Amino acid sequence: MGKVPKKRSMADKVRKTKTSTEIKNNPFEVKINRKKFEILGQKSKHDVGLPGVSRSKAINKRKDTLLKEYKQKGKSSKFIDRRFGEYDTNMAPEDKILQRFAMERQRNHDKKDVYNLNEEEELTHYGQSLAEMEKFNDNVNSDDESEEKGLLSAELTASHFGGGGLLRRKTSGDQEGGEEGAPRAKSRQELIEELIQKSKQEKRDRQVQKEESQELTEKLDHDWKNIQALMVKKIPRAERVEEEKPKLEQYDMMVRELVFEMKAQPSERLKTPEEVAREEREKLQKLEADRLRRMMGDQVVESSQSQTHMSADDLNDGFILDKDDQKTLSYQDGKWNIEEEKGEDKDGKEEEGEEEESEAEEGDDEEEEEEDEEEEEEEGSSEEEDKEDAHSDLESEQESEDEETQQEEEETSAQPSLSKEELKAQQEAAKAELPYTFTAPESLSDLKDLLQGHTPDNQRIIVARTQKSNHASLAVGNKLKLQKLLGFLLEYVEDLATRSPPALTTIDKLIPELYTLCQMFPEAACKTMQSILGDAGHSTEEVLEVKGHLPFPTLDMIVYLKLTALLFPTSDFRHPVTTPALLYISQALTKCPVRSLQDVTSGLVLCCLAVEYVSFSKRFLPELINFLAGTLHLAVQDKTSLGYIVVPPFRPSGKCSDLLVVSDSESCKSWSQKSLPLSAAQLLELKNNLDKDHHRLTCLSTCLDLVKRCCLLYKDLMSFSHIFQPIRTLLSKHLSAQALPDPLKELHSEILEIISGVPAAHSRLILEKKKPIPLKLLTPKIVEILDYGKKRGSNREERERERLKHKYKKEFKGALREIRKDTRFLAREKLNEVMERDSERKKKVRELFGSLATQEGEWKALKRRKNK
Amino acid sequence: MAPAKKRNVSLAETAEKSVKKAKIDLNAKVEIILESRKNANDVFDILEALESEKEKDVGSAVNACSKLFCTLLEKKELFLGKLPGEEEAVSGESSAEEKYQMFMRHRYNSCVELLLEHLSHDLHGVQETALCCLMKFAAAEGKHPLEDLDWTEHYSFPRELLQSVVDRLLSKTTDNSLLISRFQEFLEMEDVRYYVMSSIRENVGKVMDKNKGALLPIFQNNVFTLMSNISIPSQESELTNFMVQQEDKHEDWKAAKLNEHKRVFERMWLGFLKYKLPSNMYKKILVILHDSILPHMSKPTLMIDFLTAAYEVGGAISLLALNGLFVLIHQHNLDYPDFYKKLYNLLEPSVFHVKYRARFFHLANLFLSSSHLPVYLVAAFAKRLARLALTAPPTALLIVLPFIYNLIRRHPSCRVLIHKPTTEGEVLEDPYLMDEEDPVQCRALESSLWEIKTLQKHYHPDVAKAAMAINTPLSGKEDDIDEVLEITTHELMERDLKKSQIKNIALEFEIATELLKGGGNVLGQHFCLD
Repeated sequence: MGKVPKKRSMADKVRKTKTSTEIKNNPFEVKINRKKFEILGQKSKHDVGLPGVSRSKAINKRKDTLLKEYKQKGKSSKFIDRRFGEYDTNMAPEDKILQRFAMERQRNHDKKDVYNLNEEEELTHYGQSLAEMEKFNDNVNSDDESEEKGLLSAELTASHFGGGGLLRRKTSGDQEGGEEGAPRAKSRQELIEELIQKSKQEKRDRQVQKEESQELTEKLDHDWKNIQALMVKKIPRAERVEEEKPKLEQYDMMVRELVFEMKAQPSERLKTPEEVAREEREKLQKLEADRLRRMMGDQVVESSQSQTHMSADDLNDGFILDKDDQKTLSYQDGKWNIEEEKGEDKDGKEEEGEEEESEAEEGDDEEEEEEDEEEEEEEGSSEEEDKEDAHSDLESEQESEDEETQQEEEETSAQPSLSKEELKAQQEAAKAELPYTFTAPESLSDLKDLLQGHTPDNQRIIVARTQKSNHASLAVGNKLKLQKLLGFLLEYVEDLATRSPPALTTIDKLIPELYTLCQMFPEAACKTMQSILGDAGHSTEEVLEVKGHLPFPTLDMIVYLKLTALLFPTSDFRHPVTTPALLYISQALTKCPVRSLQDVTSGLVLCCLAVEYVSFSKRFLPELINFLAGTLHLAVQDKTSLGYIVVPPFRPSGKCSDLLVVSDSESCKSWSQKSLPLSAAQLLELKNNLDKDHHRLTCLSTCLDLVKRCCLLYKDLMSFSHIFQPIRTLLSKHLSAQALPDPLKELHSEILEIISGVPAAHSRLILEKKKPIPLKLLTPKIVEILDYGKKRGSNREERERERLKHKYKKEFKGALREIRKDTRFLAREKLNEVMERDSERKKKVRELFGSLATQEGEWKALKRRKNK
Repeated sequence: MAPAKKRNVSLAETAEKSVKKAKIDLNAKVEIILESRKNANDVFDILEALESEKEKDVGSAVNACSKLFCTLLEKKELFLGKLPGEEEAVSGESSAEEKYQMFMRHRYNSCVELLLEHLSHDLHGVQETALCCLMKFAAAEGKHPLEDLDWTEHYSFPRELLQSVVDRLLSKTTDNSLLISRFQEFLEMEDVRYYVMSSIRENVGKVMDKNKGALLPIFQNNVFTLMSNISIPSQESELTNFMVQQEDKHEDWKAAKLNEHKRVFERMWLGFLKYKLPSNMYKKILVILHDSILPHMSKPTLMIDFLTAAYEVGGAISLLALNGLFVLIHQHNLDYPDFYKKLYNLLEPSVFHVKYRARFFHLANLFLSSSHLPVYLVAAFAKRLARLALTAPPTALLIVLPFIYNLIRRHPSCRVLIHKPTTEGEVLEDPYLMDEEDPVQCRALESSLWEIKTLQKHYHPDVAKAAMAINTPLSGKEDDIDEVLEITTHELMERDLKKSQIKNIALEFEIATELLKGGGNVLGQHFCLD
């Protein structure tokens, strides 16, 4: 590829020889583009041009491209590099080399083959393969000969055979160095063989590995199937366990198996308690912030996920392991319950500790009870150690889903736990009675049948187990089943509350289950509660239309209202469940006339609920204050000359307006504060006057306490003093503290203190400041233009189109200019060619003429000489 | 008539033999009596059946009676004119023809007596058939008057019969509302209505005078039921439906003139209202007063006394009287001194809780819509309503808040109530005097509506949002109050319940463990499970 030495123009020479600064400083090179206007702040790129430089650049470029093309025009022959993979950039150089080599070999081989008749035969010498010998020799040679020699020979070959072939060409210098001085043909063969061998080896290796891994997976699958069977079918496994239990050899085998079984893979580092606590706190803070935002009424729909405890090792498979899933080792008839061990044996962490215990247990099996108890204590301590682990492992322990304990194991286990013995007894009893799985009830009556005759605690366990054995991740239809279960449970609550006496303890026990289910299915819970509230609202509406007033809500409704507060946030600005619930309460407080002590009690329960509903958001509930004031009014003895107005449903005077007046002042002394049963709202039985008086005082104390809470809640309201003015007058003038027992006196004075402590003065109301509308200005508007030449005042698409148009125009112009320059260049070249050709021809003609002239001259001279 | 009868008979044949027999008996007897005067004594059998205990018997007897006597009336076989006594008639020297007529007339009278008795029968069915029969008699009598008068000068109408029917209807002891509603269909006839109205007036005057104006709740209730059923057509041309047609001089007949109707109507009501009424009666009357009484009176202004008295009573009755007063003030130029002061004093916490809340606010909105009202008055109303709003339920608040805003919009000088820029940091106690009865002196204009600011913290989102409106300048357009006037708590609940399901339902994140725990533990502190 000999390069034609380029002709260089003067400008090029100049460019080459001089540095750019020199060129720029040379006034002959520089052309200054004069501007028509001086624009401040505008930077122009083209104020100084170097026409010479740029022209030479352009000409050079054309020479490289256009001229070449022109020269090639009409010529069909072309130089093509046909070496394998020359133009393939994807191939690595080494590959190229190998391929080329192989191809060359192939070619040679084929050629040789034509004449080589017995190629298959291996040539031997003294029973040894010649090829082997050659290799051996080669090796010896390579060992013997120095590096330099090798190098030399390589160089030699390179110089002698012109380039050294394909291989040499592409390998880099060091590779060449690495190539031994062995004869080339041999080394190539070797290389190929080696190559083939290597690839075969690799293939075999791969196969073996694959087989191995397959085997392993199969084994794993098999094992897993075993375990899975254990997991899903519990009862069969329980049966099998009983079969296995008595045989000791099997047990040993199992232990050995366990030892050889794969250890648990190291998981992520467990979080330290501080980290866990911090995360917990952060989550709580986030939730709190969410709640506040909702309270302010920002209607941003965000994804509120169910707030269940997530541990570090949570698989996030929706598997919930409730707190009472933690288990302690249990004994049945003095024997260790192997079934649970079985359940846990997959757990790498707990395994070892328990393993030891179990072995110890095995040995101590026939020993005395005392020993056993010690064992238990030990176990307890180790168990507690485990607990921390176990808790963080919560949901990853799928196997332990059916483990049962009665032990309330909460992080905040402040409540006194039962003693070990009691626990054990309970456990035994529960085990004896309750199966582990329950089918989800299909109707309310199913659920009732299921729960009938069980203690509240057991009912809870049954519900919990039903929930677990029908977990959504276990089967497709389970989600629906659980949603139904939630609906039935809520209906069941009504059933429980309407019993006589109401089974409130059972409801109380069911609350955690309801909460869990509600967290799982917020929509279903919301819908059910909405329909309950809607029905209640509808029936009250009907009663109200007929009678004009309402009876107080029944106990089941009160329970529902409380449930609503437990399951849904009451502080939201608007919530599909709690807002109607609060409306229901407010309606009850305004429309239900108070006619008996029972009504007073109901009303107070509702007031308590109302206070709970607004306790966080501190929203103003006028009906609550009205009702409390009215209730206090019931306790006023002298109903004449009231300084306040009594709001319906209460009346200033009349039949039922003395309900809370204490009939006998003596009863004040024997009264002591105690909490009322919730069922008193439904059924109140008071035998004698003393009981009645005591009840009245209790009501009064509740009422006063609620008033106090309200005072504290609404302290920041602007009209606080007006809101509480009736209560203040009532307490200070009409309901004297002297007649009241001491605790009430205290409350009395506290309330008055709070009320008088709040300032009544406020600054006047002012509308929120609006941004003033600016006046029309006559001075020119000065706008800083940051992007020159941009069209403004049109929309984006238009601007885009303009831009494209402009660009196109520019390009078009540029292309046109280029084409013109190209033609000019070509024309110049052609002219040059023609001129060259012409001058050559002229020269030749002249030469011819010259020679002819000399010939003629010579001939003439000859003739002259002859003539002479 | 005939085919119906036949059908009855055939039905009876298939159904009950005994009844059929009785019926056939009675019908046959009617036939016999009508056939020949010899069998006149059989009428006693019919009258006997009329007194029977069984409803069916009475029913068929009533039917028989009506058939018999109507025919007789048509045939003019009943004695006309002043009827001599029974003995006299028998002994008196008159033709056998006359004697028969007298006899039958006596039987007719006793039949009417019996039927009137039946009007207070225990069974509604009997009451109803008796009433229908009596009205049939009345119609027949109207056509063939029993009075022996010169009918060219008098108008024939069975006034006495109607009077006695009305007397029975307005019982003092039983609630006749069912029967009265049945009677209503006869009231559609113009002449009946006319004479019933005058009968009512007479009856009420008589009874109440006898009782010396004391309360007679059942009687008054009956009277009210009957009277409230009376409605007078608005144009004379509509007076077309008459029970008795007077052949000539029909135009001069009082019962055919609308003005006379109105006069009688007015006198009837005034006669009723001048006595003391039970309070629920007051309410009932006031509820219908403005649209079914006042328009039909010839001089509605005569109601002023009644309405003023009612307005003074206070409470719900005053609220209701407003409506009538409004009609009088608006259409009849009534000038009522201190009307607004009284209206102002009507504003009590109870207005938010009474049944007639919607009506009251509708009217109050009307009264306060005048732009000629003084500012202090409007401000006083706004401030008082705001103060009362502190005790109102959410449904009322949704009315009151736009109401106050409308007041401020109509009277821009009231804007100081929500916007009064002062020097920095100046605080003052509310100068408004809630107990002051006179809106002039209540100093409302010096105050601000802090109450609405308070309501911005109301628990119901709609109310809180409505209260937020005072933070920014009020929009120019008035809020339409009528939409919210009738709203009920249940509707408010439905708003949230029926809302299309929101995707994410917020849940309580504090884990619930016990029924009584949570939410500040208020319930748990005062109540226990059992």
